[in-house]
Amino acid sequence: MKVSGLVQESTLYIYLSGEMDECSAQDARARCDKLIEDNANAKKIVINLSDVAFMDSTGIGFLIGRYKKAAKLNTPLYLDKPNFAAEKILNLSGIYSLIPKAE
Amino acid sequence: MTSNYLKLQFYSLPRNQAFARDAVAAFCLELNPSLSALSDVKTAVSEAVTNCTVHAYRGNLGIVTVECEIEGKELHIKVSDTGKGIPDISKAVQPFFTTLPSDERSGMGFTIMQTFMDEFSVNSIQGEGTVVYMSKSFEAEVENA
Repeated sequence: MKVSGLVQESTLYIYLSGEMDECSAQDARARCDKLIEDNANAKKIVINLSDVAFMDSTGIGFLIGRYKKAAKLNTPLYLDKPNFAAEKILNLSGIYSLIPKAE
Repeated sequence: MTSNYLKLQFYSLPRNQAFARDAVAAFCLELNPSLSALSDVKTAVSEAVTNCTVHAYRGNLGIVTVECEIEGKELHIKVSDTGKGIPDISKAVQPFFTTLPSDERSGMGFTIMQTFMDEFSVNSIQGEGTVVYMSKSFEAEVENA
């Protein structure tokens, strides 16, 4: 799974790409957290899921973990552009009550 | 009557999770599934196989067996391990229940299998292993989302 970051107007955009499962999550976790720490002054964080081709429940645990990380820095976190399959899991988990969709 | 059958056996290595779900997805292509049904199957298989790595054989290498049968328009999947077993199945299948919250586990695995497949059941004997059975009907799949 690829993780890349971009800062634009005080917003940290994190782009995830590839397949998110138990195997790929560990490495993605470390790289995401580094981006969050390196940009601790960001006003908000948006995780873009448009290139996540597959995601199982590991993705839910992963996103909640990043939410906690961002919450420690008082930075609001948003999700953007999940594909239809990821959207199904995100809805089922109720995660949007914690991490809303980006506007 | 079974018209096609597949049996996969592999080590409970995390890197085999993608292999297992992709192999099952390829196997059920003859049912002409919609993209959304195919994605449901992949996700459910991924959950079942991941449970073997993370829970059944935690810390040890074991064998995961995935069997699939096509019967008419139905796909039947059985995922089994010979790992430590589940002490309390009714608890384990509850949404958000996890024995490993510190690992960022969502506790959604069984809920996803239940929701994404038509039939779901789990049998387990402590110290002997767990068998997850799931099926999905590909009838009346007209849309191709």
